[in-house]
Amino acid sequence: MALNWFKLSSPASFYPVAGTLIPWFAGGAAVLTAIGLWLGFGVAPTDFQQGEVYRIIFIHVPSAWLSMFLYVVMAFWGALALGFGTRLSGMMTQAIAPTGALMTFIALWTGSLWGRPTWGTYWAWDARMTSELILLFLYLGIIALRQAIGEPRRADRACAVLSIVGVVNVPIIYYSVKWWNTLHQGASVKLTGASMETTMLAGMLVMSVAFWFYSIAIVLARLRAIILERERDAAWVGALPEVRNVAGVAR
Amino acid sequence: MNHWHFILGAYGVTLAVAAIEILAVRARRRAAARTAAASAREPGTRPANPVRGA
Repeated sequence: MALNWFKLSSPASFYPVAGTLIPWFAGGAAVLTAIGLWLGFGVAPTDFQQGEVYRIIFIHVPSAWLSMFLYVVMAFWGALALGFGTRLSGMMTQAIAPTGALMTFIALWTGSLWGRPTWGTYWAWDARMTSELILLFLYLGIIALRQAIGEPRRADRACAVLSIVGVVNVPIIYYSVKWWNTLHQGASVKLTGASMETTMLAGMLVMSVAFWFYSIAIVLARLRAIILERERDAAWVGALPEVRNVAGVAR
Repeated sequence: MNHWHFILGAYGVTLAVAAIEILAVRARRRAAARTAAASAREPGTRPANPVRGA
């Protein structure tokens, strides 16, 4: 059975689909987080150089990966909003930006707490950290830009342009440890293999999938709220059980 | 060289951020449902104070 993508691009069609998907992704995130933490704290050995503090890796790396990937996904939806003018694409960029900003904040925060005992400093203006900080500012800029523009469709277009322009920062973050001589270590996980112990790698990968599932669930939940906000005058929104229940209570 | 307080700081703040994000999204959805319900009760009129970011 072929999916009707054009039908799904309508907020009215996607709203119930998102509602069905959220519990699966949220449940998956909870289960995978439990498995990842068990692998990370119960199975993975202590690092011979860094001791226990390396265990920050199980949240630092997933959040850093997600911060970059969510930005690319947001720019993709921005390009669709700009190219096709679909309402749902603009709503999707609006829903992704706060989670992307929080992932970037977590990556910076956990990296800082990992840096202090291992490098002797919370912060250094090296290429990886600075470009990640610029990513946080880009996310915050997109959120602020949307707040500053009252008309949602104009805000969609403006945020789409900024997200597409800002996507150039993502390869800079990723390759910064190769292009410049940085304090931050190089990539431990590559397509050709990983330079870390198997259980450490397993814990990190499981936590990465857990972060992915969490992000999908929370973005879909925020998207449903945005759909309600922006389509509040539509007849199909008024017919939703959750809206009718609220209306019934207020009556 | 254990530095458990750094680990606690990293995991604690991550957990707090996730909790705040979940609560904020739930509150936003409830507010959006209320606004939509008000809009449904008075067809043809828009709320005087629209939801932020809508």
